[in-house]
This record gives sequence, structure tokens and C-alpha cells, in this order.
Amino acid sequence: MGAPITNTDPNNQPNQDVFSATLLELAKADRDIVAVTSDSRGSGKLVTFGQTLPKQIVEIGIAEQNLVGVAAGLASAGKKAFAVSPACFLTARALEQIKNDVAYSDNPVRLIGISAGVSYGALGTTHHSLHDYAVLRAINNITIVAPADNFETREAVKLAVKHQKPLYLRFGKKPMPLLTEDEGIGFEFGKGRVVKQGPDVAIIANGETVYPALQAAEKLAKESGIRATVVSMHTIKPLDAQLVLELAEKTQAIITVEEHMVNGGLGEACASLLLQNGYNKPFKMMGIPDEYTVTGSQVEILNHYGISADGIAEVVNGVLVS
Amino acid sequence: MTAAELKAKSVTYRKNILKYIVGAKAGHTGGSLSCIDILNVLYNGVMNVSPRNFTSPDRDRYIQSKGHCVEALFVTLADKGFFPESDLETLCKYQSHYIGHPTKKVHGVEQNTGALGHGLPIAVGTALAAKMDDKDFKVYTLLGDGELPEGSNWEAALTAAHYKLDNLCAIIDNNKLQITGTNAEVCNTDPIDGKFETFGWAVREVDGHDVQALMDVFAAMPFEPDKPSLVIAHTIKGKGVSFMENSVKWHHGVPDAAQYEAALAELGA
Repeated sequence: MGAPITNTDPNNQPNQDVFSATLLELAKADRDIVAVTSDSRGSGKLVTFGQTLPKQIVEIGIAEQNLVGVAAGLASAGKKAFAVSPACFLTARALEQIKNDVAYSDNPVRLIGISAGVSYGALGTTHHSLHDYAVLRAINNITIVAPADNFETREAVKLAVKHQKPLYLRFGKKPMPLLTEDEGIGFEFGKGRVVKQGPDVAIIANGETVYPALQAAEKLAKESGIRATVVSMHTIKPLDAQLVLELAEKTQAIITVEEHMVNGGLGEACASLLLQNGYNKPFKMMGIPDEYTVTGSQVEILNHYGISADGIAEVVNGVLVS
Repeated sequence: MTAAELKAKSVTYRKNILKYIVGAKAGHTGGSLSCIDILNVLYNGVMNVSPRNFTSPDRDRYIQSKGHCVEALFVTLADKGFFPESDLETLCKYQSHYIGHPTKKVHGVEQNTGALGHGLPIAVGTALAAKMDDKDFKVYTLLGDGELPEGSNWEAALTAAHYKLDNLCAIIDNNKLQITGTNAEVCNTDPIDGKFETFGWAVREVDGHDVQALMDVFAAMPFEPDKPSLVIAHTIKGKGVSFMENSVKWHHGVPDAAQYEAALAELGA
């Protein structure tokens, strides 16, 4: 396993660029791949896609319910529809369409939630997507995935094309540092990626919170000698129960970290699994508390709630001491 | 099928709707009776769809947006041979696939519907896929007039016109009543024709119980080149049973034994 790459890598592309570049390459070879957008080709980085493959992009305008319904119709007629829209609107305004037209009707739409979590930072609560895991976890027949670096994003898009079932992919805006140089750690929906191994504590994170979790693990090793396992639990549903239960067995405590409200997210998914399996060791959930966030950039907001290398390390230290 | 044959089928379909609603002790009687002539004409005189070609990508599609009137769809599909009509004896009963709204578990149903305002966007996507693939199939969707206030309909109406979907036909079962009262009382959607025309659709109005007029209007589709077609089918809620006609109480009223007998007698042979 290689060393983590720092966030200062000048060649590191924004996550949404990786999504769109991968989709474009795949779509060039597969005319059934169709991007469906809600006036979001700019923010979804689909401008080049639209210029290169104008017959494979459908512009709906700002109408998310219709976006998802149309995508369901396209999918029902054999198109590999990628419905791209800011995560906050896609999963709130169009929730009934996701439930009925996509998941219940089993139309294999790939729902792409862009600028997720608090990516929009100071634009505030209307633009934050801190509910999407919670609402979609409550819906049957949908896979929910939040990649944690550009490798995972690329692999997720490739898998999404083959995935003939309803799927939600959640992307952030900014570059996400590669978690490991070793791309040999496979990526598969429903299987967490262990990006660092250690016997003392397990930090289960996803999306943009995996990197600070990894930094926290480095810090803990250096400063306290605590050896942490760090997992990119990119698939929230179905959760990799086998891995979580293994970590419960092998480590002294579990911490979950997510860019989502603590209600209904990755942490609660893990907690439910662990409790039902008799887990009785220390457990902490880190995320956005049940409040509307403070104003600030994405990093400032995450730092405010302790979702940083220092904040996560502090929680781990506290849990192990207690 | 001739107009006379279609008329005879409509009588059978109406009787079957009542029969299975009475058996289930549940259902949407008034709306099923108002839209049944439309389904009859679509399935028996217009659309290229049958149990034999249902998996073909070239078949015509019917999506019932007003999903609550599933009884009309089920009796039509049963008659077309998608499943044995006797299956409908389980309608709405424990563990039956024949639930109170369209479900793809039932052979012949294209999309799960029930929540209103969903059919038109899905139909738009399906029609768009046909255009992308240069396929000739047509997409039909039946909307209730009472579901028009759902905003998703108007979003989809814009998209259909934007993409010049002349392979798409939306039909409004315009019986002018919804669960609470008249449309005019609940949320006045008139003039429907002007609204859709302004959105870029070509609109025709028709007596939704005149099978010949329905045949003629569907044969004229697309009504204008490069425009989606809208058929405003003027219908009567509870059509065919005098004491049910134009009565809100029969939106989801279930006849008792005497009412059922009286209704069958009225429908005649």
C-alpha cells in the first residue's frame, strides 16, 4: 500500500471533471449513454460532453422532477441515462420520482448528485445536501455511492454504466487527493476499501471525509502511537456489513465520519448494524449535527464541526481514553 | 375492429370493471368508467402492442398516469390476453399482484404509477428515446384532468414541445370531477387547450365516449408536424350507469349488491 498523496498535487483534477471525462470516454463508445441535465452542464462539467456528443445530451432545464421522470422514460427504452443535477435539488425536489419512477419501477437510471454535502459552502442551507443519504436509504432498490477520490470516481462511473439497477452517485466539487497510489485495492459497489490498516481503531468514512480521516490516522500514529484502520465506505447502501463486523471484532472502537447530517447517514447505518449484532465497544458518529450549518466555505464548515485531521484525531483519542 | 365491435367491447369492459371492483370491495369506479372507451380504442384500434410483442423495443407504449383507475387498464389487458381474466378475482386481495394501481408485476403494464403527475415525464423520456434511436413507435399517456395541477406535468409539457415530440400523445380524461368536487371548485385548469397550445402542443378535442371519433383523432396523430399531440377527451365520470354519472360520490364508491344489479341492467347486453 503506497503513501497517501497530498492535497497539493497540482495535477489533481476536480472530482466532477473526472466524472465527466470518464463519462465522455465511455459514451464515445456507447451511443446508449445519455447525459440528462437540469441546466447543470456547467456545474456538472458536461460542456465538453455536450459539444462532443450533442446527440447524447438531453437538456431539461431547471425542473428536477421532470429530469428524473424523463430519465426513467429514457431508461425504460434502453438508454443508459445519467441524470445530473445538484445533489440538494435532485434528492429533495425529485424524491417521489426517484422513489416511484426509478426505484419502484426498477428503471436503471444513474442519478448523479453533484456538488454534494456542503460543497456549495456559503451558498447556504438551500444548496447543502445533508439529507440525501437519509432519504435515499429509506428507499428500496437503490444503490447509494459516494466516491472518495478520483480513482474511485473513475471506477464508479465505469461500474455505473454496467449497473443495470437504480443508482445514486454523489460527487463533491473540488479535487479529492488520491487516497493511495495502489490502485490494486479494487473498487466494487457494496465493498468498502480499506485504505490504511491498523489494529487499534477503525475510522469509517466516505466521500470527501476519507482524506481527513487518513490524515488523522497519520497524525495519531505519529503523536500517540495509535494505529488506525481507515475505510472508504463509498457504498452506503448496500452497506458492507461483513467489513464493518470484522472491524468491530478486530478493533477497540469505531468512528464514522461523513459530510452529511448525523441523522440517517453512514454513521447510523453502521450503528444499526453493530447494535443488532451485539456490539458493545466505543462508537462515535461524526458529521453535521442536527442544525443548519454555520456560514463559510466547505472546509470552514467541515472544520467547524470537527471534520478535519485534528478534529477526527481528537475524537479518536477521546474514545480510546474513555 | 369496427366501431360497432368497439362499442360492444366497451359494454363488456364496463361490466368487468364493476364486477372486479365489487369483488375487491375497492376501486375507482367513476374514473374507470370515464376512461374505458379511450383504453378500448387505444388497445383494440390504435396501438401496436400485444402479449406477443410486449418485449419488442418497437412496440407502442401506453403509460397510465391516472393510476388510480387501474381497473380500466386491468380489464383491457386481460381481454388482450396479457393474463387470464380470472386473475382479477384477486384484485386488491392479500398478496395479489393486482393491486389498486398499475404495477409492472402485472404483464402488460409499462410503468408503475399511482402518484399523480408522473406519467407525462416518463412518456416524454420514452418518446425521446424513440427519436434518438430513429424508431417509429408511439407513446401514449392518459392523464386525469384532476392531476393537471401537479407541476411535473407542466415541466414535461415544456420538454415535449422543446424536443418536438410528435411521436407522443397525451390524452386527458376530462370528466371535470375529482375527489373533492368539480375541477372548477378545486383548482380551475380551464382552458386546458389554450394552456397546452401556448406550451407548443397541437390540441384536439373529442367526445371521449365516441369510439369512432376517438379512432379518427388518434389516426390524425401527429396533429401538427413537430408538435406533441394532446387529446382532450370530454368524458362523463361514471359513464354508462345513470346513478353514477357526474357524481363525486362514485370517485371510489363501491356498489352494493342491489346497485351492482341495477348497473348491469342499465349497461345491458
